[in-house]
Amino acid sequence: MQDPKQDFLESNSSLDLGDVLLASGKGVVAFVVLLVSVMLMVWFERKVVSRLQNRIGPNIAGPFGLLQTLADGTKLFFKEDIIPTRSDRFVFQLAPYLSLVPAFLTFAVVPIAGDFSSGDGRVEMFGRQTFIQVADVPIGILFFLGMSSLGIYGIMLAGWSSGSKYPLLGSVRASAQAISYEAALGLSLAAVLLVSESLRTTDIVARQAGEGFFGIVPNWNVLVTGVIPFVVFLIAGTAELNRPPFDLVEAEQELVGGFHTEYSSIRFALFFLAEFMNTVTMGAIIVTLFFGGPSGPNFGILPGWLWGFVWFFSKLIVLLFTFVWFRGTLPRLRYDQLMNLGWKILIPVSLAWLLILGGIRVAQQPDAINLTSSAQANTYIVLGIAGVIFCFCTLLLLAAVSTARRERLKTEGLVAVPMEVE
Amino acid sequence: MTITNQSTDKDDTAGLVDQLDSVPRRGAVLRMSEVQAAEIEDSEPLASENDQTMLVNMGPAHPSTHGVLRLMLEMDGEAVVRSKPIIGYLHTGMEKTAEDLTYLQGATNVTRMDYASPLFTELAFSLAVEKLIGIEVPPRAVWIRMLMTEMNRISSHLLFMATNGMDLGAVSMMIYGWREREQVLRFFQKVTGLRMNHNYIRPGGVAADLPPGWEEDVMQLLEMLPPRLAEYDILMTGQPIWRERLQGVGNLTQEEALALSVTGPILRSTGVAWDLRADQPYLAYDEVDFDVVVGSFGDAFDRYAIRLNEIRESMNLVRQIVEKMPSGDYRVQDTKVTPPPRGRIDESMEALIHHFKIFTEGFKVPEGEAYAAVESPRGELGCYIVSDGSAKPYRMHIRGPSFYNLQCMSHMLANSQLADAVAIISSVDPILGEVDR
Repeated sequence: MQDPKQDFLESNSSLDLGDVLLASGKGVVAFVVLLVSVMLMVWFERKVVSRLQNRIGPNIAGPFGLLQTLADGTKLFFKEDIIPTRSDRFVFQLAPYLSLVPAFLTFAVVPIAGDFSSGDGRVEMFGRQTFIQVADVPIGILFFLGMSSLGIYGIMLAGWSSGSKYPLLGSVRASAQAISYEAALGLSLAAVLLVSESLRTTDIVARQAGEGFFGIVPNWNVLVTGVIPFVVFLIAGTAELNRPPFDLVEAEQELVGGFHTEYSSIRFALFFLAEFMNTVTMGAIIVTLFFGGPSGPNFGILPGWLWGFVWFFSKLIVLLFTFVWFRGTLPRLRYDQLMNLGWKILIPVSLAWLLILGGIRVAQQPDAINLTSSAQANTYIVLGIAGVIFCFCTLLLLAAVSTARRERLKTEGLVAVPMEVE
Repeated sequence: MTITNQSTDKDDTAGLVDQLDSVPRRGAVLRMSEVQAAEIEDSEPLASENDQTMLVNMGPAHPSTHGVLRLMLEMDGEAVVRSKPIIGYLHTGMEKTAEDLTYLQGATNVTRMDYASPLFTELAFSLAVEKLIGIEVPPRAVWIRMLMTEMNRISSHLLFMATNGMDLGAVSMMIYGWREREQVLRFFQKVTGLRMNHNYIRPGGVAADLPPGWEEDVMQLLEMLPPRLAEYDILMTGQPIWRERLQGVGNLTQEEALALSVTGPILRSTGVAWDLRADQPYLAYDEVDFDVVVGSFGDAFDRYAIRLNEIRESMNLVRQIVEKMPSGDYRVQDTKVTPPPRGRIDESMEALIHHFKIFTEGFKVPEGEAYAAVESPRGELGCYIVSDGSAKPYRMHIRGPSFYNLQCMSHMLANSQLADAVAIISSVDPILGEVDR
C-alpha cells in the first residue's frame, strides 16, 4: 500500500504530455465503454424482461434488435422539447444534466481491467505504469458515495421544478428514499472498508485477488465480510437506483411518470440514460467491492489485463441480470414499507454486522485487546459478548418497533372512518 | 375508540363533532349527511386546517384508474384525506339506445357494457326478456349459457389478476394474466365467432350450437389453467411484498358493505356468503355443486384471493357442465321468437315471412315489467325491462355491479396512502363501460 501523501506528490510533480494524453485517453475510452454498455444494458434489460414475460422484445432494429436503443435515442432527439409554463425553466432544464453527470463520474473510480492475479493490476501506457481506470483516487469509495448522493439532486429538482403534482410527489419520495437508503448503503460498505483497510478501489480489488478458503473459493469480500453486507448493499443499492421493487419515484401506476412526467424529448432521454448508467455503475461498484472486480485466473491466450476485462464484465452481467430479474418478478413496495425496511431492518442489521466484524478484528490483534493470550480465544470471547449485546439490542429494537406500531394503531383507531348507516 | 353514528340525531351529531374536534380530521369522508356536514362546518376549526392539503385529480387519463374513472383525492403528503369518485367519462347512453332497438338487437347493445364479461349482460337481458314473453328455453341452451358464462367468469377474473398485478408493480403478471385469458377468448372465438361483444346469448336461447370438438377445447383449457394458477400463487399469493401491499388495505366491514349495496367478491370478502348462483339459482345452478368463496377481513388481499379461488371454482363448475351437457335444441322452437334456419327460407313461404318480420320489426313482447339478475364476476348484474307491448322495450335499465361497487371507494380510500389508492381501485375491479352505460 502506498502512502497517499507521497502518491499525491508524485502525481503532481512531473506533469508532461504523456500524462495529459493518458488522462484524456482514459477519459474518452471510459466514456465510450460506458455509453456502449448502457446502450447494451437497455437492450439487455428489454430482452430479458421480454423473455421473463413471455414476449420476444426488440428484434427489428439491427441484429437481435441491438440498435433499438440507438433508434429510440434518435427518435427522442428529434422530438419536440416541451417545457411546461408553470415550471421553473432554469432548474427544469438543468435537472437532467445534474442527474447525468454524476452517473458518468462515478464510473471513473471503477477499475475495469488489469491483471490482479499475477501482477499488481497495472499496465504500461505511454511509458507509465497505470491502472485501467480513469482516476485512481485514494478516496475512491467516498467519491462513489458522494456522487450517488449528488445524483438524487437531479431527480429532486426535476420533480420540484416541473410545477406539477405527480412529479412533486415523486421528488418528495426521491429525497426521503435517498436519505434513508444512503445510510444503509454507507454502513454496509463500511464492512468492506474494514476488511480492505483502504478506500482506494484498486486496493480493494487487489485484496480480493488472492485465493480464499481451501484454495478454491475466491477471496471475495462477499464471503470475507459474511454475505450480509452484500445483501444489504444490493437492496440499498437497488433502492438508490430507484429500480423495481423500489421504483416509487417513478411508479407508473401511481405517479404516472413520477419525477419525469413533464419531461419530453432529449431531456427525458437524458434521465433515461442516467438511470441505466447508474445501474451499470452500481453493478460495477458491487463487482469491485464484493466480487473482486477484474481479478480472476488467467488462462493464457489473451494478455493478463484483458482477462481482467473479461472477468469484470462477466461478473457485471450476472449482477445486471439480477437487477432485471428483480424488475421482472417483484411487486413494488409502498412508501412507508420502504421506510420501514430501510430504517428498521437494513440500518440496524448493517450496523450490528459492522460492530461484530470490528470486534472480531480487534480480538484478532492480541496487542490491542488482552483478554486471553491466544487470538482465537479472544475471538470467541468477543463473539460471545457481541452475541449477547446483539440479542439485547434486537429485543430492544423489536420492543421499540412494536410499541410504535401499537401507538400508531391506537391513533388510527381514533380516526376510523365515520360510518353512516341510514 | 371508533366513531360510529347510527343516527343523525342532533345530540349525537354534536357528540360526534366533539369527538372529531379532538382528533385530526383525516377520517372525514365526503359522504356525510347534510346535517353532519353543516355541523362540522360550523364547529371550531379542525386540526388539519393548519396543514396544507393538495387536491390531486387522479384520472380520467391515468394508467391505473381502469379506464376513465376520475378520483378527486385530497392529499396530505402521501396520505389520502378525502376522496370522491367522479364518473361519466364513458357515458354513451346505452340504456337510452336500448329503447330504439328491438329485443333481438338488444343483446348486441348490452354486450358492450361490461366489456370484460360481455356474456353476463347478454344473459341478464335475455333472462329478463324471456321472463316477459314467458318462454322456457331448452335445456341444452341453458347449459350452454352456463358453460359460456362460467368460462367468461374465468376470463374476467384472469383479467383482474393481470391488472391487479400490474397496478402493484408486478408488471410481468400483466402479461401472464392476458396470456391465459387469451386461451379462453380463443375458445369464445371458436364458439361465438368473436372475442368479445359476442351477441351469443339471445332471447330464446343461444346464437349457435357448440362447434364440434368443443369438449376437447374445454378440457385443454382446464388442464392448462391449474399449473398456471399455481404459478400465480408463487408469484403473488405467497410473496411477502405482495401480502404487505394488500393485507389490511382498503378494509370494509360487513355493515358498510351491506349499507353501500356492494355485491360480488367485495361483499364476499367481508364474510357475507351472498352469491346469486347459490342464493337465487338461475339457469341450472341448483343442479351443480359448487362452493361460494368467502373472505373474512374484507381487505384487498381477500378480494384478490377470492377471485383467484373463484377461478378454480368456475373450473370445477365447467367440468361438471361438460359432463352433464344435455343434447337437444340450442334455442327455443317458437317461430315468433326464433328466426328460421337459412335452409328453410328457400323452401317455405311461412319461414320467409317469419324471417322478414323478426328482422324488420322484431317480435312483440307482452306488456309488463321484469327484473332478472345474474351473478357477474363483479356482483349482482340485473336487467330491468318495462315493455309497452311493442317490439322495443319502453325502458331498459341495467344494474351494473361496478357502479354500486364504486360507492365503497371513498370509504376504503380514507386514511390510505396514494399507493394504497391504486391497490384499492384495482381490488374493486370496476369496468367503466358498465358504470356509465
